[in-house]
Amino acid sequence: MENKMYVSSSPHFRSDASTTKIMLDVIIALIPATIASVIIFGPLSLMLIGVCIASCVLCEYISRKVMKRDTTIGDLSAVVTGLLLALNLPVNINPFIAIFGSIVAIVVVKQMFGGIGMNFVNPAIAARIVLLVSFPNAMMTWVDAFWYKNADAITSATPLAADTGTYSYTQLLLGTTGGSLGETCAVALILGGIYLVIKKVISPIIPCVYIVSAGLMALILGQDPIYQILSGGLLLGAIFMATDYTTSPITKWGKVIFAVGCGVLTILLRTFSNMPEGVSFSIILMNILVPLIEMATTPKPFGKIKKAKGEKK
Amino acid sequence: MQSKLTFPKKPYRTHGGVHVPHRKNTASKQSVEMPTPKSVTITMSQHIGAPCKPTVKVGDVVAVGQVIGDSDAFVSAPIHASISGTVKKIEKITVADGSKVEAITIESDGEMRVYEGIKPPVIENISDLLKATRESGLVGLGGAGFPAHVKLNIPPDKNVDTLIINVAECEPYITADHREVLENSWGVMSGVYALKEILGLKRVIIGVENNKPDAIKVLKNIADSEVDKYDEVRILPLKASYPYGAEKVLIKACTNRTVPMGKLPSDAGCIVMNVASIAFLAQYMKTGMPLIKKRITVDGDAINEPQNVIVPVGTSVKEIIDFVGGYKEEPKKIIMGGPMMGSSVSDDSLFIAKQNNAILAFTEKEAKLQEPSACIRCGRCVDACPMCLMPPAITKAVNAKDVQAMLSSNIMNCMECGCCAYACPANRHIVNNIRLGKQIINNEKKRQIPLKEGK
Repeated sequence: MENKMYVSSSPHFRSDASTTKIMLDVIIALIPATIASVIIFGPLSLMLIGVCIASCVLCEYISRKVMKRDTTIGDLSAVVTGLLLALNLPVNINPFIAIFGSIVAIVVVKQMFGGIGMNFVNPAIAARIVLLVSFPNAMMTWVDAFWYKNADAITSATPLAADTGTYSYTQLLLGTTGGSLGETCAVALILGGIYLVIKKVISPIIPCVYIVSAGLMALILGQDPIYQILSGGLLLGAIFMATDYTTSPITKWGKVIFAVGCGVLTILLRTFSNMPEGVSFSIILMNILVPLIEMATTPKPFGKIKKAKGEKK
Repeated sequence: MQSKLTFPKKPYRTHGGVHVPHRKNTASKQSVEMPTPKSVTITMSQHIGAPCKPTVKVGDVVAVGQVIGDSDAFVSAPIHASISGTVKKIEKITVADGSKVEAITIESDGEMRVYEGIKPPVIENISDLLKATRESGLVGLGGAGFPAHVKLNIPPDKNVDTLIINVAECEPYITADHREVLENSWGVMSGVYALKEILGLKRVIIGVENNKPDAIKVLKNIADSEVDKYDEVRILPLKASYPYGAEKVLIKACTNRTVPMGKLPSDAGCIVMNVASIAFLAQYMKTGMPLIKKRITVDGDAINEPQNVIVPVGTSVKEIIDFVGGYKEEPKKIIMGGPMMGSSVSDDSLFIAKQNNAILAFTEKEAKLQEPSACIRCGRCVDACPMCLMPPAITKAVNAKDVQAMLSSNIMNCMECGCCAYACPANRHIVNNIRLGKQIINNEKKRQIPLKEGK
């Protein structure tokens, strides 16, 4: 036989799952929130999303080239980061600030630590926090829903900054409130979350535990739990940011601990800190704890027998 | 152990596993007996354990069933001539795993003359059974090739109460066990009852994946008939999921017992036998003809007419493929065994050994390897691992060549089933990496550096 055979280690079959397909699913899941943002905040939001995605992909391409590594823009992870970053920004922000955010997310947080799978915090959240600290005014000036239909833009308070009761639950569900691009419309976010769970891209553990623990914490502190869950970036964070593979635990119980931490910290920060929002900080704090959580929750291997007390090897 | 033995209504929960495509193209085709080949080449290492030494020399005339290789070691099984003829060559050849072993080439005289020493064994007690099993040359036919007489030799302190018959056949393509059940159901069941009787067991569970409803029906018909007076043999349909055929997984699914790490099924009170092994044992008890034939599934998209072929041990792979109509297209990958755990070989010049059960040949389309990309920590490998291990932690330790970290991530508990690599969206070569790690550990052990096992 003269032709050369492939000789490889088993298994010789692979499932058709791929990183690109997973990222594509995340993008699909974000489409409802994207559409909602365009309806609520106008065509300008589409521009902002475009700027963020383009700059993220470009940053990824250039930094891989500079570091003489394979191009990885094909896996679409930079697109996801760009989209998530855009959905975390207020609509009338200066595009250059958004581009700066992309550079922080992709170059500093992701590629400098080794690229996809190696970053220890979520790139989009890290970028958002950097922008929040660097440009607090621009990051905290929100316009009201449907502002683009009025002659002069009205700045508005987000549901969190406003007194409880300013907005009805219906308004919060539909997202016709002030806020960042993608965080306001709860219905769109939940739809995306359901899609991801059905496609088995994410496990429902993190979003569910996050939401429930935040609700319970709000109850303990005497707040309206439903108002807390539906307002601010909680749903966007719980469904799309806390479930980021790289920066969340891979063990089942690790996921539970991680999500409880996120939920509790979110409400604590919202209640006791000067910051308008607790989601980003709570997730990034828990991101840093992931290696420790994973170490503590390593599953017991099949067949591993617990040694009786006092018995020594 | 449990005080009263019960039969599970449905399989107990096991961790992990993946859904692989079945592709059981040959399930409904009658097996075909291959005509005697002109020559066979029989290797001296067709089992786990000590290789045999040839007991014949070049020029000797041998008959079917005659011992041609044997060893004094306990963990070993004798090897018999599968055709009658003259010993032509005794030399070292390369086998599927890449190692070189001694092999005897016999040129056929075309007569298939049976060795005069062949007679049915007299089996009255367990020691007769063990002696006969050793003489039959039986090894685990599921693929591992563990000598059967060692498996059946249960230490008296082990309290074994359950026999599990493995008909899971969870690897894609392979249907050899499925055909065995359909074509030889009475043989299978008589083996089951005989073994149960001699070993004095009270419970036999036959685990069959539910993608073989006809096999389940055939076996149920016999087990429910008056043959089974005390109702001690039952069929347990398993859901079709890989790797139900793995011994430890099957024991958990059938009995809810866990084999302790590094221990044997007998430590969980079970013996697991492959269905082809039990069918052979039944036939051996009747005729005394040792293990010289094997049912082999020949399939893959490069094969013209996929089917099950019954061939003498030592037949060349090329001859078998020619017998089923040759290649449809140029093969790019040939696998001995299933696609999940079989080993790919560099050409078709190998010879069938006792524990082989399939030859698969794939074209470029199926064989093409995908480049691995970075791990995204999605955790699919952790969810898929039937041994509840953490493949990312293991591979990290292997890449760092950190032996202590490898051991504490329980790398030795990995059975290389391939679920992690199958599920991996980044196409990472996880199993290959783990094998490398085990090799590093074995080398370290040889250097006799004291190592601590996992926490």
